[in-house]
Amino acid sequence: MNWARKNLFASWPETVVTLLILWLIWKTVPPFIDWAFLDAVWRPDQKACRAGEGACWGFIAEKHRFILFGTYPYELHWRPLAATAILIGLWVFSAFRANWKWWLSLVWVFGLAVIGILMWGGVFGMRYVENERWGGLILTLLLTTFGLAFAFPLSILLALGRRSDMPVIRGLCVGYIELIRGVPLISLLFMASVMLPLFLPSGVTIDKLLRAQIAMILFAAAYLAEVIRGGLQAIPKGQYDAAHALALPFWRRTCLIILPQALRIAVPALVNNFIAFFKDTSLVLIIGLFDLLSTVKISLNEPAWTGFGVEAYVFASLLYFVFCAAMSRYSKGFEHQR
Amino acid sequence: MANLEERRIASGLGFLGREAGFEIGESAFLRYSAADSYLRALLVGITNTLAVAVIGVVIATGLGTAIGLFRLSRNFLLKTLSAGYIEFIRNVPLLVQLFFWYAVITEGMPGSREALSPLPGVFLSNRGIFFPTFSSTPEMQGFNFVGGAVLTPEFAALLIGLATYTAAFIAEIVRAGILAVDRGQGEAAHALGLSRPQTTRLVILPQALRVIIPPMTSQYLNLTKNSSLAVAIGYPDLVSIANTTMNQTGQAIEGIAIIMGVYLTISLSISAFMNWYNARIVFK
Repeated sequence: MNWARKNLFASWPETVVTLLILWLIWKTVPPFIDWAFLDAVWRPDQKACRAGEGACWGFIAEKHRFILFGTYPYELHWRPLAATAILIGLWVFSAFRANWKWWLSLVWVFGLAVIGILMWGGVFGMRYVENERWGGLILTLLLTTFGLAFAFPLSILLALGRRSDMPVIRGLCVGYIELIRGVPLISLLFMASVMLPLFLPSGVTIDKLLRAQIAMILFAAAYLAEVIRGGLQAIPKGQYDAAHALALPFWRRTCLIILPQALRIAVPALVNNFIAFFKDTSLVLIIGLFDLLSTVKISLNEPAWTGFGVEAYVFASLLYFVFCAAMSRYSKGFEHQR
Repeated sequence: MANLEERRIASGLGFLGREAGFEIGESAFLRYSAADSYLRALLVGITNTLAVAVIGVVIATGLGTAIGLFRLSRNFLLKTLSAGYIEFIRNVPLLVQLFFWYAVITEGMPGSREALSPLPGVFLSNRGIFFPTFSSTPEMQGFNFVGGAVLTPEFAALLIGLATYTAAFIAEIVRAGILAVDRGQGEAAHALGLSRPQTTRLVILPQALRVIIPPMTSQYLNLTKNSSLAVAIGYPDLVSIANTTMNQTGQAIEGIAIIMGVYLTISLSISAFMNWYNARIVFK
């Protein structure tokens, strides 16, 4: 009672606001519950869906295999499933501070090798599956993982270059970072999908997935570089002086003293950038790759199931939300630690 | 170059003067027909991009500031709802949200004959949002409304998506800016006898603006760049028209260069303007 008086009805204007919100909730929430649960059709029966008033979750029930695994051969779906589980496991494992040791990179190399074997197959009696048929959730996760894995070292070089004393290197790094940050990701993806092939010597072709991946890496590197530069600037100047005083050469100074501290400071901001990058992988839909969002969109193309876009995108939102919210909880945890 | 010759692709900007030969769904300011040149088509794209970006920035700023203030309110319901909004919107890709809004408008709204009319003269249907202007009001004729002004489903979905998405980020910036103002300032204002709204308006916000402006600039830039996702729902923005141009002429290098050049120009102009504004309001 006391709580309600303090937090809801502290003054006349606040009482009005509270009542207004309660009225809005009463107007919107019950119809939403009717739509999403009570009147919803859960069976994969499109006639019942068309006849019913509520949401058609049957669409998801019918299409979930395609949404999650794309055009991967149906009977082999356990392979992308296992690969997805391993990849998520690797991310969760790397989230713990206690595991931030040099052998973590070996764990990753091993894990990714297993994922590669599972996805491609061709060994141990597993059927070969070309990567044009990869799709769905695993493609989104792989684009994110490889994008970050390659963008990260590149971004460290860019950040160091931007703070370099050598004007040419600094100019190049500033120019690169500002150019990439000034244009939309789509223009880079278009560049990779339509412009890059024009520059290759005849006879050489690069896979579309790889081209998109390269564009994503170039894009992410520019953004991560700015975060790392922030970390570099946050280190007390004394640390730089001390490293100099020890007469360490540049690379040992940087790798042993400066970077470990800078990266530690930058972790929350880095994770926020990882979230943004994970969301940005959905843009590969525009150049025709089958990531999670494309598989959702393509399942709507089947004539029997057109017109259930709202349900499909609510489902897609929830999938993305689970991953992003987990990451953002994690980065918030860091803010509370300090 | 040898590649280009082999594929019989011309180079240079000569194609800009040729007839485009494709229709554009809507044009914010310029009149355009398929007989016009590629240059004019691209200009239509640029104005369409600017139209959605400018209106989006205005709505996102208003909405975001309101939600950021709500988030700090003492009212539990208001605080929780705005926190939930920010949390959800920020963790779902913009492209998913655009598709969602587009689906809501084209699938969820009734047809023209059963259009909803929340206000007299305003009609919501799956053909878009119709509203009256000074000179004419929309009326049902044949299968659709005639007269008045219309927000097409593509434009409306893009605008709603961009504005609500960016608003969530702006809300967090506004909140951080206000929290950065020293508590003593609020207490001092209170001691002077200013009411709570007066304190916010006269004491807190002017000081918070100093912290808010720089990250706000990058949100405006993000909104402008994100408007390029229009190509996915079929709103004819610059990227979408440049893409059509590239498909027709094959001149990918020039097309990409035009897209990048325009966005760089917009980015640099917004940065320059905001830097100027920022320099004006900081404490000297």
